[in-house]
Amino acid sequence: MGEKTLTRMDLSEAVFREMGLSRNESAQLVESMLEHMSDALVKGEQVKISSFGTFSVREKSARVGRNPKTGEEVPIQPRRVLTFRPSHLMKDRVAAGNKS
Amino acid sequence: MIRSELIQKITDENPHLYQRDVERIVNTVFEEVTNAMSRGDRVELRGFGAFSVKKREARVGRNPRTGETVQVEEKYVPFFKTGKLLRDRLNGK
Repeated sequence: MGEKTLTRMDLSEAVFREMGLSRNESAQLVESMLEHMSDALVKGEQVKISSFGTFSVREKSARVGRNPKTGEEVPIQPRRVLTFRPSHLMKDRVAAGNKS
Repeated sequence: MIRSELIQKITDENPHLYQRDVERIVNTVFEEVTNAMSRGDRVELRGFGAFSVKKREARVGRNPRTGETVQVEEKYVPFFKTGKLLRDRLNGK
């Protein structure tokens, strides 16, 4: 298993290699993708990328939580959380690639 | 928002690029993320989130329809953790 960590830089490097755009422009395009996706999610929209996966925003209601260290009860405010559901294709490829 | 809408937004902002080029760019990025995970690598995009691979141990499962027990082998599944900045933005911070 790899255990390497890729960053924005590796993604823009891939765009640079594939398209032959400048490194600077490639980096800006990656950033712009992430921004558009974030903006849609903040508006409460789903972001559905076929053969990759779906990002959706879920509303969580308030509940009483507990500090696991002290056992103390703490109120948890209602909040919005993001979930990612990988596509079947991604699940299959990740499962196949990491087979032991 | 779906893939084609994302491509359209980026095309609108970059009039010097053809839509088919933007399509290739967007596909390259998602492809790179999936490739990384299929090698067992992580992809950490500060502010947005991190994609990683988690191991699910082998277990004895049950076919919910028939009640039959089945051996489920260990497997690796994709996982996404939302970045702090995006989590805060979702909650209006």
